[in-house]
Amino acid sequence: MTEKKGPETWQEINPGCMVFRKGSAADYHTGSWRAKRPLWENEKCIKCGVCYIYCPEGCITEQKDGYFDANMDYCKGCGICAHECWPGAIKMVNEED
Amino acid sequence: MGKRVGMEVAIASAEAAALCKFDVASVYPITPQSHVAEHLSDIVADGRVDASFITVESEHSALSSAMGASATGARVVTATSSQGLLFMSEVMPITSAMRLPIVMIIANRAVSGPINIWNDHSDIMPMRDTGWISFFADNGQEVVDMVIQAFKVGEDRRVMLPVNVNMDGFQLTHVVEPIIMPDQEEVDKFLPPYEPFATLHPDKVVSMGTLGMPEFFTEAQKSKNVALVNSKKVILEVWKEWEKQFGRKYEPIQSYRTEDAEIALLTMGSMGETAEIAIDELRKQGVKVGLLKIKLWRPFPFDELKKAVKGIKVLAVTDRACSFGGPGGPVFSEIRSALYDVPKRPKIVNFIIGLGGRDVPMEGFMEMVQKAAKGKLSEPYEFYGVRG
Repeated sequence: MTEKKGPETWQEINPGCMVFRKGSAADYHTGSWRAKRPLWENEKCIKCGVCYIYCPEGCITEQKDGYFDANMDYCKGCGICAHECWPGAIKMVNEED
Repeated sequence: MGKRVGMEVAIASAEAAALCKFDVASVYPITPQSHVAEHLSDIVADGRVDASFITVESEHSALSSAMGASATGARVVTATSSQGLLFMSEVMPITSAMRLPIVMIIANRAVSGPINIWNDHSDIMPMRDTGWISFFADNGQEVVDMVIQAFKVGEDRRVMLPVNVNMDGFQLTHVVEPIIMPDQEEVDKFLPPYEPFATLHPDKVVSMGTLGMPEFFTEAQKSKNVALVNSKKVILEVWKEWEKQFGRKYEPIQSYRTEDAEIALLTMGSMGETAEIAIDELRKQGVKVGLLKIKLWRPFPFDELKKAVKGIKVLAVTDRACSFGGPGGPVFSEIRSALYDVPKRPKIVNFIIGLGGRDVPMEGFMEMVQKAAKGKLSEPYEFYGVRG
């Protein structure tokens, strides 16, 4: 059973639009805004984690092999990771490509 | 049963908040509200109330931190005036949308420019649509009573809305009046401790101030509007209870000598008291005239207004602000709109009076009644007493 995403009618709105469900912000997939996406070239990556630290969306995580990747449900394609990556291991590519 | 004291009204308003045992006061001083800020600070510093006084760097911060405190379940008071209120305006609709029952004491003062520190209602009128409950006091006693009532109304689980109590700057704030100060036991009996609907607490998850996407925003606004409209029932209930306990009657629109009146003046705030004297004087001369005083500005008392104007042929609405380039004063425009569907409505004229501290003596109100008697002014609305 899928949990209800939000109120249907105005009567169902909680006072103050308060939300009592944990992690409800995760329902909103900001990845749909993206025009460009980050692409990691792991040969250049030194596993410093700068991309992980700077990601404003907090959607970059360390993988099992120590390299990094972004969760495309939430990556807005802002390019901050690519800008901050000093070995130049991340490049932004067009979403359609 | 209370104690009759001579007290400056600004000080008395802070004393009333102290009787409500506020937990947090977050206030930035501004003329003519400064005595409220200073006295709230004194009350906290002297340990008379177990509370925190937040010394903020601006009014924007004052209301923002007041909201944060209120979200944790604290009973919060703030106060401001004029430019300070306008600086709060960005935060005000959020306070009501988040349903935080903060009480704001407003010392009404003209908005610049030219720079003017004196009294009119041009500060509160632009805040009309922010979703707050708005009370207007005639005198010091009403200020004290309304501050206490405001906490009870706002915190009621059926309301959960912020309330502002409007008192005229200088005309009320800086005047020493005889005021019956309720006892602590009386206030404790009237006002129960605040029991918030939800509080920010790590053990119980809640998100406040959330994002409202287009598919929910209309529903959220409707729900806020219904809350404000429905608050009137609770306000009337609380005023009945107040009357029963303290013997002083409050109504959304107070009628003064309107029985058999053909002409009526309408005022908001302290000028109502001067207008009363003008009515008495005109009655002595045989003029069938009365006075309506609006005490509840939001939610607007539509039914009470319709009832109050029954039999009245001409209604002279006074405004302490102007909607520039619009239909006249904001009160006038609302009154006309509210009575549009009433078949036997009075003719309604508008005087914009007492701007930026311009005094309107008793003779002024008498002259307005004479002018209004024809049911029409030479222009759609008149800046009363303007030179030129």
